Amino acid sequence: MLQHARHGPVEKSPARAHEPVLALSGVSKSFPGVRALSKVSLELYPGEVTALVGENGAGKSTLVKILTGIYQPDEGTIFLGGKEVSFSSAYDAHRAGITAIHQETVLFDELSVAENIFLGHAPRGRFGLIDRKRMVAEAAAVLKRIGADIDPQARLRDLGIASKHLVAIARAFSIEAGIVIMDEPTAALSQKEIEELFALIGRLKADGKAILFISHKFDEVFRIADRYAVFRDGESVGAGLISETDHDALVRLMVGRPVDQIFPKKKVEIGEPVLTVSGYCHPTEFEDISFELRRGEILGFYGLVGSGRSELMQALFGVTKPSKGAVKIDGKVAIIRSPEQAIRYGMVYVPEERGRQGAIAGLPIFQNITLPALKRTSRYGFLRLAEEFRLARQYAERLDLRAASLDRDVGTLSGGNQQKVVIAKWLATIPRVIILDEPTKGIDIGSKAAVHEFMSELVAQGLSIIMVSSEIPEILGMSDRIIVMREGRIAAEFAREEADAEKLVRTAAGIGGAA
Amino acid sequence: MTVASTRPHIPDRLENPWRMALFSWETLLIVVAVAIFIANSLASPYFLNVWSLSDLTFNFTEKGLIALAMALLIVAGEIDLSVAAIIALSSTMMGMAVQAGADTPVLVLIAIGTGLACGIFNGALVTRLGLPSIVVTIGTMSLFRGISYIILGDQAYKGYPAGFAFFGQGYVWWVISFELVLFIVAAFVFGVLLHRTSFGRTIYAIGNNPVAATFSGVPVERVKFILFCLTGLMSGIASICLTSRLASTRPSIAFGWELEVVTMVVLGGVSILGGAGSIPGVVLAAIIMGLVTFGLGLLNVPGIVMSIFTGLLLITVIALPILWNRLRQKGA
Amino acid sequence: MTRFLKSREALLLAAILVLLALIALRFPGFVSPANLANVFNDTSILIILALGQMMVILTRCIDLSMAANLALCGMVVAMINAVIPEIPIPLLVALGIVIGTALGAVNGLLVWKLDIPPIVVTLGTLTIYRGIIFVISGGEWVNAHQMSPAFKALPRMVLLGLPLLSWIAVVMMGVMALFITRTPLGRAFYAAGGNPTAAIYTGIDVGRTRFAAFTLAGALAGLSGYLWVSRYAVAYVDIAGGFELDIIAACVIGGISIMGGIGSVTGTVLGALFFGIVKNALPVINISPFWQLAISGGAIILAVGFNAQAERRKGRLILRRAEA
Repeated sequence: MLQHARHGPVEKSPARAHEPVLALSGVSKSFPGVRALSKVSLELYPGEVTALVGENGAGKSTLVKILTGIYQPDEGTIFLGGKEVSFSSAYDAHRAGITAIHQETVLFDELSVAENIFLGHAPRGRFGLIDRKRMVAEAAAVLKRIGADIDPQARLRDLGIASKHLVAIARAFSIEAGIVIMDEPTAALSQKEIEELFALIGRLKADGKAILFISHKFDEVFRIADRYAVFRDGESVGAGLISETDHDALVRLMVGRPVDQIFPKKKVEIGEPVLTVSGYCHPTEFEDISFELRRGEILGFYGLVGSGRSELMQALFGVTKPSKGAVKIDGKVAIIRSPEQAIRYGMVYVPEERGRQGAIAGLPIFQNITLPALKRTSRYGFLRLAEEFRLARQYAERLDLRAASLDRDVGTLSGGNQQKVVIAKWLATIPRVIILDEPTKGIDIGSKAAVHEFMSELVAQGLSIIMVSSEIPEILGMSDRIIVMREGRIAAEFAREEADAEKLVRTAAGIGGAA
Repeated sequence: MTVASTRPHIPDRLENPWRMALFSWETLLIVVAVAIFIANSLASPYFLNVWSLSDLTFNFTEKGLIALAMALLIVAGEIDLSVAAIIALSSTMMGMAVQAGADTPVLVLIAIGTGLACGIFNGALVTRLGLPSIVVTIGTMSLFRGISYIILGDQAYKGYPAGFAFFGQGYVWWVISFELVLFIVAAFVFGVLLHRTSFGRTIYAIGNNPVAATFSGVPVERVKFILFCLTGLMSGIASICLTSRLASTRPSIAFGWELEVVTMVVLGGVSILGGAGSIPGVVLAAIIMGLVTFGLGLLNVPGIVMSIFTGLLLITVIALPILWNRLRQKGA
Repeated sequence: MTRFLKSREALLLAAILVLLALIALRFPGFVSPANLANVFNDTSILIILALGQMMVILTRCIDLSMAANLALCGMVVAMINAVIPEIPIPLLVALGIVIGTALGAVNGLLVWKLDIPPIVVTLGTLTIYRGIIFVISGGEWVNAHQMSPAFKALPRMVLLGLPLLSWIAVVMMGVMALFITRTPLGRAFYAAGGNPTAAIYTGIDVGRTRFAAFTLAGALAGLSGYLWVSRYAVAYVDIAGGFELDIIAACVIGGISIMGGIGSVTGTVLGALFFGIVKNALPVINISPFWQLAISGGAIILAVGFNAQAERRKGRLILRRAEA
């Protein structure tokens, strides 16, 4: 039924299963200020799932972009079906039968399900026009084959996120892709949907497809994968059969050192409540959130991607509007309608998306640092340059920033140093409550340690920190208390002593027996 | 972060600011301006004369006044294509007031008020309703000029009071016109505003990354709103000068000026994508465009042919840095 | 059917019917079939141009130079006809289309290869194209008596009760509907504008798709160039001056999202018709034609505001997802 698909030069004979269908070797990629990938290798086998694990910033997404032709590697070779290939565009990779299903589903809201599945390779009828009837029929067949109950004529915008995933997978089927890349496919799915996805992966395997499965969740990796490959700081540090490794070994490869030694959390006297949130609601993103944050405390927020943590923090910071609920700072009701007001109350938010929400890449370091604190460095609204440099230097040195000079654009710095600028910028406002959203996402180990150490230093000085993080070691290592969110609500709260990785994961995913 | 002595000292600057200035876009503009000046004086014997040079300034002062405000708006990542239409509407309102017997001070207030009101209207549509400024101001461009057409049709207002003529025809001292003085003062004010105040700093931040600026506590929408108001206000002031100079109002007054103003701003080194640019650059660009149009005028080149030049200049000036960057990246 | 009733096309159709009914209350003659056919014929060029602009806007671009392109092509064919009346009209039409295509391709190339914002590119080419008309014509007019009878007759030729001009619009509507919904390139317009990042992953070259949209829009402007000068039997520098705004207004009223990726041929045609009816009704209900400009402006603002309200809040909805 998919005879029209002309793509997919990949041999599917199971006899050749021991030979990789895709092999990368010595692939490197650099960006200004960062070496994202350094001589990595990776092999994918037909009919097998290879799990790619690594911390945030290990180079996984760069690799996906190279495999899908978005980036071109600086050096190294890619062998596909035994032949060396190079993709100069996404179209090339697409034609070679490589397809990717992304974290944020990359499809087209305004087109129908069938069109999304067949965009770029629709069946043609008379005069070369798209044969719509056949397209719908074939889309229905593909959807049925993957067990998805979706109307091929529905418009994509009317579907939920899980159905969109299924459409993306149906698309992979329809182009007879030999290689399917799944980048955090379960991040936004419910447990039931994840089960369906796994059943589907089984069918893809049976079809002889090579699957690259990227996930943070180890239980999934051990359930679904046949092989693993580990990246750390842009290098391949290990690969092999899943059956020959175990959980701890993978973590060690991923982190590069034993988990329990890396966090410099010191014991700090916990004081009176600083921030009290009660009955906090948002029309669409979260509901009935109540918690308090005490002086000198680090409060961790754990949850899956899309559980509403960032949305909650952004509402607290005045970026979006909550519908109900009260926020008290030092026992007094605080009305926060804009970040400007939040800063005035001494509450700051270091956002997750450093590039988009945190750093202003085109402005110099010192201007970034003084931006939220312009009142401190100006008089009657007029800038005082010397004062700006003084303030910027003070915080840059406190955070051990590595930069050639303070008038360099932030965009030229490495990820870790950019993050230091972003944190410095918030400290310059002399806050009392700091909300850190994924503070070490995508930065190198050295900078990570610096950030963690600095957090300890801050709470020791009497500040309070809310830390949103998806990295379990970080949450367990740094928090005094941990709140787990699920689907926009608080699912559970753990004291530091009673929390462990399994409890967190189970609560976050809504699997019974833990919370 | 452990031992203070291991920390490297980070200097404020690496490059000497004077050296940086030498290789800036502004320096290039000065060279171009001088070259055109010399070319003009070689091409026409009438050029090198204080009164010719004084006349020349009228070629850019009115557009330049708007360009100063537009520069801030474009640095902030927005644009206002309705400026020429605001001139038309302000001028029409003044014309109506003249018919009703208003005197010069009232006319000035009316023009400024109309400009400001148009700016508020644009600003509110963009910041309150979150509409894209390009489309909004294309709409208000025809709305504002359309209102002038409704009021005036194919008629014209004349009979402006004698005192009103000063704004567009008067001289403060010898060959120094009122318009030139106004432009210099405005350039100084806008220069200080953009480069020396915290308000100006937030404009750059917004243009570079509006989301990060919001997260940094910058009131993005309020700043943008103020910039639209400023642009409307400056258009109203430009309308006073132009109406006074022409001593009449037609609905087609200042037709197509929005393009010249945008070209002026972009030629001045302001990035059309926002986030970069300087007032000295815009002032130099205004002078260059004045020199060129005046020079072409001396050579009897018709206005519409000059507009080919404006269009080419606009595209070239934007394309050049892009091509330049691309070549440099290939070389690296 | 229910899907259509809930669409904005249906809303627009209803608005048009209400508008016609209101006019008919005072001036019943306006809604006579003959007059409506007139109104349609009068709107034909706007429809053709709006269909071109629709493609460009779908890819998240905008073309302000369409009217100038039209005027330049119109001037060229009119001047050739005036000098060498023997050249067959179909050849002239083809020439107009070729020039229009080339001018559109210039826009497209600048957007594609240099990544210059489309608004700036077309604002620039708008003045350049107008300037070129002045240069080639020397500011002179080509008047009706200089054009050959055949040149003027073609769009007026009546076929099955409708002038050829109307038929051309009808054919273009059909062709465009097929093209936009049934060809890979047509669907690529939606993809490139609706989600450019995703389009790249799907193997669609967004830049080249935009280039194609500008080029095709240019071709339609070239065709309209001939239609315009022959219909109004005059060519000069400023013909169709400011018409670029009417074209955009028609698209925006027709529900084409200025942010790209949303819109339909039906909507565009209805938007153009709405605009055409208002324009034609003005003199009937005794309002000065000087109102037209303000009405286009007001219509653009209202329509953009309305579209934006409709599209608002498409962000992540965690709670709703949890309930689903």
